[in-house]
Amino acid sequence: MAEMLEIRWHARGGQGAVLASRYLAASAIRENLYFQSFPQFGTERMGAPIVAYTRLSDAPIYLYCAIEEPDMVVVLDPTLLKVVKVTAGLKPGGAVVANYPGAPAELAQELGLKGEYRVYSVDAYKISTEEIGRPIPNTPMVGALARVMGRIKLENILAEFSEQFGHRFSSEVVTKNLNAVRRAYEEVQSL
Amino acid sequence: MRKKIGLTGDGAAAEAMRQIDPEVVAVYPITPQTEIVERFAEFVAEGLVQTELINVESEHSALSACCGSSMAGVRTMTCTSAQGLALMHEMLYIAAGNRLPIVMVNVNRTLSAPINIHNDQSDSLGSRDAGWIQLYCENPQEVYDTVIQAVRIAEDHQVMLPVMVCLDGFIVSHNMEPVELLDDGEVKEFIGEFKPRLNLLDTERPITAGNLTLPEYFFEHKYAQVYALEQSKEKIEEVGREFGDRFGRRYGLVEGYKLDDAEIAVITLGSMAGTARVAVDALRGEGIKAGLLKMRCYRPFPVQELAGALKNIRAAAVMEKAVSPGAPGPAVFSDIIAALYRQSVRINLISYVAGLGGRDVPVKSIHRVYEHLQKVAASGEPDRILNYLDLRGWE
Repeated sequence: MAEMLEIRWHARGGQGAVLASRYLAASAIRENLYFQSFPQFGTERMGAPIVAYTRLSDAPIYLYCAIEEPDMVVVLDPTLLKVVKVTAGLKPGGAVVANYPGAPAELAQELGLKGEYRVYSVDAYKISTEEIGRPIPNTPMVGALARVMGRIKLENILAEFSEQFGHRFSSEVVTKNLNAVRRAYEEVQSL
Repeated sequence: MRKKIGLTGDGAAAEAMRQIDPEVVAVYPITPQTEIVERFAEFVAEGLVQTELINVESEHSALSACCGSSMAGVRTMTCTSAQGLALMHEMLYIAAGNRLPIVMVNVNRTLSAPINIHNDQSDSLGSRDAGWIQLYCENPQEVYDTVIQAVRIAEDHQVMLPVMVCLDGFIVSHNMEPVELLDDGEVKEFIGEFKPRLNLLDTERPITAGNLTLPEYFFEHKYAQVYALEQSKEKIEEVGREFGDRFGRRYGLVEGYKLDDAEIAVITLGSMAGTARVAVDALRGEGIKAGLLKMRCYRPFPVQELAGALKNIRAAAVMEKAVSPGAPGPAVFSDIIAALYRQSVRINLISYVAGLGGRDVPVKSIHRVYEHLQKVAASGEPDRILNYLDLRGWE
């Protein structure tokens, strides 16, 4: 990676965005990448819009400030698209990756985009409901993001999940999550 | 086995505490230090440490319990933040005055009011005269390494003073980065066994501790403590050097970055040093001779080292996350003025108070500090000495 990749996460409190951003970042160790993962430090309440950040780089990272101009934004909840300007500060040519039930063209239209950004959608609620049994979009969105970024191999994303959560969840829950990650990786669509 | 894993600053502190396995930890949870307590309590519950974890009803009690256990001759640690440190204030002096080698992790958070849980350094900088050694960390790796070193420094028989390891709340405490962990055995070997000089429970050699000291001797006792703190500089350097020789990451009292030929420099502590490096690199790319001086050790103050590092600088700015209301200048700035005066170094020095109550300190704002320094260097005198970074409506 020649340059640092800066990612901003949009979610609602309780959806596990901070956990997902940490999980993605920790997976980067397996690619010998440097990373940072930190929440936007606000007052967090269940259901309220929250923001988290991830930086990835092949060189040590020294920045201790918020990401103002991300390369990518990830949206964990489609209802945020009408509430928060998720593309704020997004670099020209940057990517929007959203949990969204429709096609990328519909997502682009909903965001009022006219080709300035790359747009990706994946129905993470459907995937998590079918695979995990609950609409929890955080782990599948890590899979979708990994595909779009192309910086961390799927096998490393899956291996990190097994290692981090293997002792906290039953093997059944781990397997279900791994399936959700894999499906989102495969099903994410580009414009 | 050494391994590299993702850890937050709080996680790194907890991991170091697990490997240190102190006999006593007395704590009270407070944001943004809570994650340390949570993780350490898990280590206790899982039997990964032998520590007696004392849940107390307040931070005043936490440090009181620590004073008791340290005096009884066992390795003792705690951690806190902001209001918690303020509530400990009385006991900070007791710990230092009784020469108790307690190690405390302080997650820097502002002091209320207005109530705010976010980062600045007014808590620990406000405790600067309590007699503790204060070390500031830039990132989670430094937190991990410094907590381990702090045990060695505090317990050295020439030092016997408490050590406060400071990290910026949220910015470092809740930021996950790759951290290289040492092997449990390596940490045990590095810190060694705690051999107290005096032990209140040693019935063979009975002592009295914390007793009344009247005017006839108080001054001498206090000076002995002051002297020990000043002398601890050597030990801090020695331990940082040995850590580097053994594990590859060397630490000192101050750390210069592109400072040797620099004409302008920022002096700062904690996480702002990281962001300032990025500004320095960009300025160097434009041919501007910018540098950075990171203060790792704030107490004891590295007078000679700091003055020596700055003597050829034309203009420097001290960036700190605290104000000293009514004072001639904020704490770190004022200390640096005094240090330069003592060493007869005369440079143009300005102050920038930044990031109070968690306000972001981005690279572009640090660039403005360097722009200001270029003007001061060019004109040969500061237009304004006291400045506030990204504060609305003060000019």
